Amino acid sequence: MNIQVDILIIGAGLAGLRAAVECVDQATVAVVSKVFPTRSHSGTAQGGITASLGNEEEDRWEWHLFDTVKGSDYLGDQDAIEIMVKDAPRAIYELEHMGVPFSRTPEGRIAQRNFGGHTRDYGKHPVKRACHAADHTGRVVLDTLYDQCLRHRVKFYSEHYLLSLVMERGRYAGAVLYDLATGELRLIQAKVILLATGGCGQIYKTTSNGFASTGDGLSLAYRSGIPLEDMEFVQFHPTGLYPMGILVSEAARGEGGLLRNRLGERFMERYAPAVKDLAARDIVSRAILTEIRQKRGIGGKAYVHLDLTHLEKEKIEEKLWEIASFVRIYLGIDPVYDPIPVKPTCHYVMGGIPTDVNGRVLLDEKGSIAQGLFAAGECACVSVHGANRLGCNSLLDLVVFGRRCGLAMKQAISKYGHSTISNDSLRIVEQKIEDFFNSKGRERIVDIRQRMQSLMMEVGSVFRNEEGLRTGIEEIRSLKERYKNIAVTDKKKTFNFELMEAMELDHQLTLSEVILFSALHRRESRGAHYREDFPQRADRYYLKHSLVSQTSKGPEIRYKPVKITRFQPEARVY
Amino acid sequence: MMLVKLKIFRFDPGKDEKPYYQNFEVEADPMDRLLDCLNRIRWEQDPTLSFRMSCGHGICGSDGMRINGICGLACQKLVRGFQEEVLIEPLPVFKVVKDLIVDLDPFFEKYFSIKPYLLTKTPPPDQERKQSPEDHKIFEEAIRCILCACCTASCPINQNKETEQYVGPAALVRAFRYLFDSRDEASEERMALLDQKDGAWGCQTLWKCTEVCPKEISVTKQIGQIKKKIYEAKHGEKV
Repeated sequence: MNIQVDILIIGAGLAGLRAAVECVDQATVAVVSKVFPTRSHSGTAQGGITASLGNEEEDRWEWHLFDTVKGSDYLGDQDAIEIMVKDAPRAIYELEHMGVPFSRTPEGRIAQRNFGGHTRDYGKHPVKRACHAADHTGRVVLDTLYDQCLRHRVKFYSEHYLLSLVMERGRYAGAVLYDLATGELRLIQAKVILLATGGCGQIYKTTSNGFASTGDGLSLAYRSGIPLEDMEFVQFHPTGLYPMGILVSEAARGEGGLLRNRLGERFMERYAPAVKDLAARDIVSRAILTEIRQKRGIGGKAYVHLDLTHLEKEKIEEKLWEIASFVRIYLGIDPVYDPIPVKPTCHYVMGGIPTDVNGRVLLDEKGSIAQGLFAAGECACVSVHGANRLGCNSLLDLVVFGRRCGLAMKQAISKYGHSTISNDSLRIVEQKIEDFFNSKGRERIVDIRQRMQSLMMEVGSVFRNEEGLRTGIEEIRSLKERYKNIAVTDKKKTFNFELMEAMELDHQLTLSEVILFSALHRRESRGAHYREDFPQRADRYYLKHSLVSQTSKGPEIRYKPVKITRFQPEARVY
Repeated sequence: MMLVKLKIFRFDPGKDEKPYYQNFEVEADPMDRLLDCLNRIRWEQDPTLSFRMSCGHGICGSDGMRINGICGLACQKLVRGFQEEVLIEPLPVFKVVKDLIVDLDPFFEKYFSIKPYLLTKTPPPDQERKQSPEDHKIFEEAIRCILCACCTASCPINQNKETEQYVGPAALVRAFRYLFDSRDEASEERMALLDQKDGAWGCQTLWKCTEVCPKEISVTKQIGQIKKKIYEAKHGEKV
């Protein structure tokens, strides 16, 4: 079945929904999502969304800008960051006007809390900048935006899985989707397409990311000829619940929680003397793993404690309800009385599809525009997060650049008609599915996926080195060979998740290689990318964005400069 | 490690004449989630087993199902809590699409019918609308709702064919959230929507919704608050 719309949005997290709200009044919009919209991964964001509102104490957008630049280890593009932090207060008020139920100060204003890396007066003291609704901020913003979309009659295609991007005479002109409920293919033709497909945390064994975060949009863009930017920068959130990796928000430390090692020491005092437990995530994750390596993990195991026991019970119940419930359900202990076992967990990919500040996808280091294609959210790289994202800047990125994409797409559609699309794109996908069903291979999806996930933890997580990265790339390539012989044994059409997971695995393997390849070529340590064999930041050689493209000979790397406007790189000390 | 025995409801309307139950056994760590067992079955034993999942830790609301007769989230149940065979069935009330997947379209239609968005007449100020922490606290619990549909699926009124038109507890929790939000300016419109046989009055205070809510929302109490507000508005007296 073929469908024609002005704007096709792929992904129903905050970026996709915010874009949809922006353009639905002037265009026909279809939003496609592999899960039901309110099941999108944005909903699991807990701690908040940043803006220099100054509701709790003095704050300025210039400080927010500085913190984000410093947090990015000077790899973020400062022009884009400036747009984001200046627009932040407006974006928050707008969400509030839409109905987002933010927590409140005694004066009735939006409540704000401390978060890692957010400071007053250019790094001097922590500042309360994260606007929040207890510790379910992502979920309530997601619900509010979804409800706005319903109100404005946005057309949703839920449980539709993106199979391919369709190009017609050099323009992105549509997408082929797989209706999970029926197994039917749909070709949706559009004047412009927004990729808002989220991240790819599921390529790591320990992750806070949901099952759907398999990087489909990233991989399909890459295969269609778009380079991927800064993919070596993968954020490990310091406090994943041990052993599963479920996120325990930085809000726990923002509200006063402390990290402790086997000896009961507040070890962050040694790693970040000024802001201690509220340092940026890459710093805290490395500190935790260093403590564990130096045998100061709890009971000799691979975790440390996040201690909330000195906080008032009422504060935990009111401000950290979700977190407390996770600890009770998944560990059977009570954070009011027991310290929480935590270890770093794969959380966010800073890199992604390169875009300009209006979400237009860029084809190369010169900034040529990919016609008809936009990207926003975790799958995009504007780049506002550089080498390390600060907590609560992601939701801000989603709503600020989601909206900007919406505005830019509205403008763009007036210039274009629909291209005539041949049915070739459908036939190619049909053939691919047939091939899966007819495969005589014996490899199991689960075996390849689990090996990939373990391997990425071993060689591509917080600590990296040349040897590990080289062997990692070799092994990913051999997994790709094995992948050619996978079996899809479920041949039915209704909710064939095995088929979907087969395709997801293909994307995951592609992205694993890109991440390791980018990491191998960055012979320095910056932000979340830490090379044991090159432990220093090397601005002279690597103050630049990597761009990895697919070629017939495998991935190829190029670079483009970082946009520096106000803050020259300095030593990054917290 | 322990051996978990599961008896799972199976039904593929395209193939099966009627539903049946299938037994599985899975090795699991006592701290594994029931969802991990279902995934292991799908990945290692029977790829045709269908169920929904997304976040895996009780935020997205995808994996509501009936576990030993009680609706809940498979990702919130640890296997150590189950010594005997675990019976897993789809949420009642809704039509089964395949195995543990049900058609939630009617659920979301009812949800949408209560106007789940802030309605205001006064233009917004330049900054935020003010709201006292006390006013926020009134509906704070309600915003924990994840639309998993466990409450509505457990409600005897929704389960009864004669009264299945009842809008259901999940929609009413969201209605409560807006009706009691001090920023909302459409009380009358909302109360008119809810003051119906199949609206708030459909609730017969049977508490099943409250018993099963994975987010511990006092659903029945909130529905009671809606009824009270409607009654007081109509009769001009406090109850």
